[in-house]
Amino acid sequence: MGFFRQALVIAVKDLRAELRTKEAINSSFAFALVILLLFSFAFDSFEETTQQMAGGLLWIVFAFAGTLILNRSFARELPNDCLDALIAAPISGAALFLGKAVANFILVMAVELISLPVFGIFSNVHWTRQFPELLLVLVLGSWGMTVIGTIFSALTVNIRLREVMLPMLTYPILIPPLMGAMQLTSGLVAGTPIAPDTVVWLKVLVGFDVVYTAVSLFLVETVLVG
Amino acid sequence: MSAVEVDGVWKFYGDYPALKNIRLEAAPGSCLALIGRNGAGKTTLLRIIAGFNRPGKGQVRIFGKEPRETETRSSIGFIGHGISVYDELSALENLKLFGALYNLPDPHRSAMEWLERTGLARVATGLVREFSRGMRQRLAVARAFLHEPRVLLLDEPFTALDDKAIAVLQRLLREALEQGKTIVMSTHQLREALELASHVAMLNRGQVAFHGPCTPEMVSDPGYVYARYGEG
Amino acid sequence: MRNKILYALGAIALLILIRDILGIAQLPDEKYQGAIFKIIFFHVPVAITALTASAVALVASVLFLVTKNFFFDALAVAVTEVGLAFLAANLITGSIWGRVIWGVWWAWDARLTSALVCWLLYAGYLMLRHAIEEPTQRATFAAVFSIFAFIDVPIVIFSIKWWRTQHPQPVFWGGGSFPKDWMPFFLWNMLAMILIGTIFTITRLRQEESQRELDYLRRLAHSM
Repeated sequence: MGFFRQALVIAVKDLRAELRTKEAINSSFAFALVILLLFSFAFDSFEETTQQMAGGLLWIVFAFAGTLILNRSFARELPNDCLDALIAAPISGAALFLGKAVANFILVMAVELISLPVFGIFSNVHWTRQFPELLLVLVLGSWGMTVIGTIFSALTVNIRLREVMLPMLTYPILIPPLMGAMQLTSGLVAGTPIAPDTVVWLKVLVGFDVVYTAVSLFLVETVLVG
Repeated sequence: MSAVEVDGVWKFYGDYPALKNIRLEAAPGSCLALIGRNGAGKTTLLRIIAGFNRPGKGQVRIFGKEPRETETRSSIGFIGHGISVYDELSALENLKLFGALYNLPDPHRSAMEWLERTGLARVATGLVREFSRGMRQRLAVARAFLHEPRVLLLDEPFTALDDKAIAVLQRLLREALEQGKTIVMSTHQLREALELASHVAMLNRGQVAFHGPCTPEMVSDPGYVYARYGEG
Repeated sequence: MRNKILYALGAIALLILIRDILGIAQLPDEKYQGAIFKIIFFHVPVAITALTASAVALVASVLFLVTKNFFFDALAVAVTEVGLAFLAANLITGSIWGRVIWGVWWAWDARLTSALVCWLLYAGYLMLRHAIEEPTQRATFAAVFSIFAFIDVPIVIFSIKWWRTQHPQPVFWGGGSFPKDWMPFFLWNMLAMILIGTIFTITRLRQEESQRELDYLRRLAHSM
């Protein structure tokens, strides 16, 4: 069976299991809403400075809420030792990783696309202007976050303090794409189109995504089997 | 060619050798019972044979090939300590998933067939988290046998099984042996294992203390091997 | 014998530093910044040593994954710890400079910010090691993480530099050029820092290898 078909089987399995229990996605939504609420108390939405910070605030919400989903990624394979069965099956580590990353990406995007209107309402931010470009930034930024979160989920699945280690390891590495996503998002919701000096951030996002997807696909077998 | 060949395998934790120069063989169609005290290294060795971990030194060959090669993985069936099926999916969904991963031509049909053979056809669409313990164990067996593996690697399979599950497993293992499949099984439950075994290997502190055919003395007095070849 | 070489290198490094400090103290004060400008003689060499450490860590990690030789794992952790210490020195000297010149202990200058993020990456590597008991697994996972982390270093430096050019803020060492006749002190300090870094790395390496032996003996004892 082709590599992509195997990855699809894994992605479908993860999505089906998640949609049945809704553990990760419910806690992620709830967490996102709570942080958005807290931000509304912390920052006055009519201040111009808050409008400028919109991109930053939004991506902080996405990063934190996203971690809840990404942590579950390989953790869901632990009960009953399911990870053993997946490693033993004739599926390459890369296909397993890709399938999980795709499932995670879909879940993370779902949380983000629902948080966006809520954020728009709470903070009086016009996210619908330049929506296609905003969607592009969301996709690129979320894919970078997902790839790193998924591979580190595999790395931390069996170690002590897993829930704490995952954010501690992923956030520093994600600083460049998060920074780029924040800059681009702030500009886009304020109505500024992507200009030559901000296009660099798109390149950073794309570069980061490509490099780390490749490195992850290459190293996942080492993480799973050693 | 042996079905399973362990050739000078060492396993290190840091510098400490948990397995030292293991040399074992299982001919096709034989059943090797791997016995030993807790901590002797049975699970470690079995997991290396199955390809979950790499040995520090030495090699494992399954029908002449590495365990991690795709073709080899398709011919190995493994039952570990966990049942390795998903609680949130149904029995049928679980087996169809593994059927798809093992490239079976008709995952649905194979899944239903094995649910019948393990007595789970009635609850095919039930979620695994609602199953009783015995049912979960039988599903684990169905998962391991689903893709008709040529080599079965079982880590203490009879531990914590109820009587019905033991009977099902023994029947399936006997059928497998009749079909010429090879079994390597680690065990504490000497009697059930020795009844099926054609050969016995004993591990003591990471080394092979005994490796030979299973004799009638062993079956009638399982403690015999420990007394004769073990330490203390 | 090995000890003697280490002591000799240490003595050389110390001598270079003392000579440089005495020499630098006698240099005239810089026009715009005054005496505090001289902190650059330490701040920059320390940073360069730290970045060298991350490159060595990356290479050591790759070599461990390829050869499974624990020497490379020991090297990776030794060099990362040394890098962590040197980056901390970099952050502290930068902070002191900022306090004197700008009156603030911290400003989001591109280089200092990059140093902070890199420091977090090194710290993450060490935290990961602490969370894994079993030596082979620890070495493998740490090596994988360090590949991810140290590939990020150039991306981080570039991104933060770009971020700062878009939002200009006080820049350290802005304006003026570095007087040519001060270069020798700078270069000698560079050598001294690299020597010190090397000595610390070797010492830590040896300690790591002793630790491994202890670990082995402990497991051996427990198995009896």
